[in-house]
Amino acid sequence: MSSDDNNARRRWMGILAKARPEEVAECWSKIEPPPPYDLLRRPETGLVMVRGRVGGDGAPFNLGEMTVTRCSVRLANGIVGHAWIAGRAAAQAERAALIDALLQSPGGRADIEALLDQLAARRETRKREAARKAAATRVDFFTMARGED
Amino acid sequence: MYVAVKGGEKAIDSAHRLMAEDRRGDRNVPELSLAQVSEQLGLAVERVMTEGSIHDRELAALAIKQAQGDLVEAVFLLRAYRTTLPRFGHTLPVDTAAMAIRRRISATFKDLPGGQVLGPTYDYTHRLLDFSLAEDGEPEEAPPAERPVDAAMPRVTDVLGREGLIERNPESDDEPRDLTRQPLTFPADRTLRLQNLARADEGFLLSLAYSTQRGYGHTHPFAGEIRMGEVSVELVPEELGFAIEIADVTLTECQMINQFKGSKEKPAQFTRGYGLAFGRSERKAMAMALVDRSLRAEELGEDLTSPAQDQEFVMSHSDNVEASGFVQHLKLPHYVDFQSELELVRRLRAQGPGKEAAE
Repeated sequence: MSSDDNNARRRWMGILAKARPEEVAECWSKIEPPPPYDLLRRPETGLVMVRGRVGGDGAPFNLGEMTVTRCSVRLANGIVGHAWIAGRAAAQAERAALIDALLQSPGGRADIEALLDQLAARRETRKREAARKAAATRVDFFTMARGED
Repeated sequence: MYVAVKGGEKAIDSAHRLMAEDRRGDRNVPELSLAQVSEQLGLAVERVMTEGSIHDRELAALAIKQAQGDLVEAVFLLRAYRTTLPRFGHTLPVDTAAMAIRRRISATFKDLPGGQVLGPTYDYTHRLLDFSLAEDGEPEEAPPAERPVDAAMPRVTDVLGREGLIERNPESDDEPRDLTRQPLTFPADRTLRLQNLARADEGFLLSLAYSTQRGYGHTHPFAGEIRMGEVSVELVPEELGFAIEIADVTLTECQMINQFKGSKEKPAQFTRGYGLAFGRSERKAMAMALVDRSLRAEELGEDLTSPAQDQEFVMSHSDNVEASGFVQHLKLPHYVDFQSELELVRRLRAQGPGKEAAE
């Protein structure tokens, strides 16, 4: 697989992992018809050790674990999809793995990509809103010190 | 002895049911939902995730509900649950420089690129009880600024680092030791110490940090930067061979900047202490950074005089699950032990005062 393919895949897997479970469910409900598939690895919850770096940019250290659920599926045409999603939402992981498989289909799935773009846009809006609220709490020492105009 | 244990079973079962009833409280009051705990007691949830050392809001909320708000008990519950889960691996180190900032302040630089962002903070409140919270009613929505904060803000220590005035962080790509997989042995390197401090009891760390400020191993600290916000967590699944994002998590990071006069080998420069914690855990991250720095005393050629500089003392007593277990095991039956002590005291008394000292 080319690095462009990996980048595209990395993007959609990230969108699916960071979306809310109900958003992934909603997205899945619009995918018609749901394909037949085999579970290569049924949704399984475990832990990954989250690492930080000393001082933010030094040697890695173990910060603490987080729950993660992974799942792998295979479509009838042999394409395999994977999902790794923080938390314990088994249904979300299974749907995400299926979506990962469908998106790798020859020719892609423009319909699903459009749905994922919507999820990404919604997340961007939430992030931007939080960043604007944070910005309202920015201290402007410079203006305070000048006090002219 | 066995008779007593058997007799205890029924009593224990009844005690657990009584505790469950006690936990529920007045049944006329609506029961707490996990979502309510997670959303409205969020700082408690984040403390339990940090010290329980598992990032999972729902599990932490459940533990808090089950423990009736006893956070140390909740941490214990989370640690016990941990043992039921397989370990899938580790993430890539998180990049806190790329944090989506919700709070970022510096006590050392007034004007920083990106500015000082107060975020949601109790600082500058008067700590007066707000009786409006006792009534129903929703708070006003927080005002947004027209433009969001900068997408990426440099860490303050990176700005100082460019001039060489502050030490560089030790670089390494070695696998860090993991105290959940291997028993703790001394001396412990800094990465292992940071893991221990990250899951350490906040109260214990806070008191130790305070002790350094009061002169027990003083380190002349400045809060170089505290930042809080969301960071992307990535890992490389074996079946893929490239990194994917699995979540955004809220982290709090503290960079302490400390005075250092220099040594034979090193010129005078600032040294650093580092704190990192899950969630909005500012007090914890600050205390962690102070203790991280004080534990570097030996490395920096400072006199070892105080508890906060003693890694064996700090790391062996920082874990509230271990501490609570060992203190509380005193409640369990020690009838046989005590019986022999009792006999000893009786024998000594029978010999008369002073006899035992002469032996």
